[in-house]
Amino acid sequence: MQAIKTVNLTKKYKEVVVDKLNLQIVQGEMFALLGVNGAGKTTVIKMLCCLTEPTEGEGFVLGNSIRQDGEKIKRLIGVSPQETAVAPNLSVKENLELLCGLYGFSKQKRQEKVRELTERFRLQEVFLKKAKTLSGGWQRRVSIAMALIGEPSVLFLDEPTLGLDVIARRELWEIIRSLKGKATIILTTHYLEEAEALADEIGVMKNGKLIAVGTARALMERTGADNFEEAFISIVREGQV
Amino acid sequence: MRIFVFAKRCGKEILRDPLNLAFGLGFPIVLLLLLTAIQANVPVDLFQIQTLAPGVSVFGLSFITLFSATLIAKDRESALLQRLYTTPLKAVDFILGYMLPIVPMAFVQGGICYLVAFALGLPIHVNILYACLLLFPVIIFYVALGLLFGSILTVKQVGGICGALLTNLSAWLSGVWFDLSLVGGAFEKIASALPFVHAVELQRLAVSGAFPQALLHALPVLGYAAVIIVGAVFLFLRQMKKQ
Repeated sequence: MQAIKTVNLTKKYKEVVVDKLNLQIVQGEMFALLGVNGAGKTTVIKMLCCLTEPTEGEGFVLGNSIRQDGEKIKRLIGVSPQETAVAPNLSVKENLELLCGLYGFSKQKRQEKVRELTERFRLQEVFLKKAKTLSGGWQRRVSIAMALIGEPSVLFLDEPTLGLDVIARRELWEIIRSLKGKATIILTTHYLEEAEALADEIGVMKNGKLIAVGTARALMERTGADNFEEAFISIVREGQV
Repeated sequence: MRIFVFAKRCGKEILRDPLNLAFGLGFPIVLLLLLTAIQANVPVDLFQIQTLAPGVSVFGLSFITLFSATLIAKDRESALLQRLYTTPLKAVDFILGYMLPIVPMAFVQGGICYLVAFALGLPIHVNILYACLLLFPVIIFYVALGLLFGSILTVKQVGGICGALLTNLSAWLSGVWFDLSLVGGAFEKIASALPFVHAVELQRLAVSGAFPQALLHALPVLGYAAVIIVGAVFLFLRQMKKQ
């Protein structure tokens, strides 16, 4: 079954930022959306999360229309936005509990969920610290943990490792890898090695259009490149594969 | 239920910011102490404690707008609100969640003003309790203003508009610090057309026990509060859609 399907999905502000996007992502897959700045990746995520209305076209999340079934979709997805999205004056524990409360969990389920995510994301050492006092890497970790609280079937990670040092990035990679198979994951990133290391399939966007889709290996073969970075540059320069 | 979860979070965010406590409680208390000291040396009718305390209790509420607007603007500028828009929270949950926790804080702020005023010589009387209850329309006005400004301004703009402009308007056009009739003319007419002076008069008359007259001053405050609430809800929903 397809977790995500878009049909000529278009967003126009003053200019067209997403142009007749036709994308299909299979359930359970980890899909990376790549592109240079302004390619339209974040706008695609925002439309699929029902944060932004499409100008034209349609999108479906697990068969639900992003135009008509926003409330249903909100119960199926988890989102970690590009900027870290935590409540700064709340502790890590309180941030996790806040999301549990918003999803209407019982006290018991809330405790279980907080414990489970604290262990999975190894948050014990910062558990009682206010979010605003944490480093960028820890905040991002908490932010992704919060995205998982609603037990999403589809998880959107918008630039999850942006601005992190190499160690923090590798630690987050491990965590993201551990999520594979538990949900369909749509990841946007600027880091090519991240997409190559984590994603089952990669889509490349340029000027709002999807110009290539395939596995990292398939994209390298199609462009005749020796490595994925060369393949990406070739795809973006030539505009289509 | 979700409203209360969100409201609790908003309350914690505000109360855990030491600047909010300093301005929300500290500043009105300092004003009361300072002006009472001046009054002791240079008597001015306006600064007698039964006139001053109701004015400061209203003036202090202008900081409530600042807290509320800053929190909303910060949430909008960080990605937190974006995240929360993808949860099952509905528009009404957001609006009430932002407004609800500030109402008791505002009552506490007003109550503390009167408690300090007791220590400074304000006679303890049941009228003060009624005056506190009659803060409600004023509180709603200032809280709704917070929602409105928080929905359209950046954090920096909130600092300027609510932190400087609104507090100055609340000061100059309310008759707390000087008698508006001394200026007279267009200034007095403009002040009478705005809610600030009515809010202060509402409190002063309630403290003195003149409740029928006090309620007359409640009407313009309630009218402004209703208009601001409608505007604030409209603007909040508009920015929510724009996200």
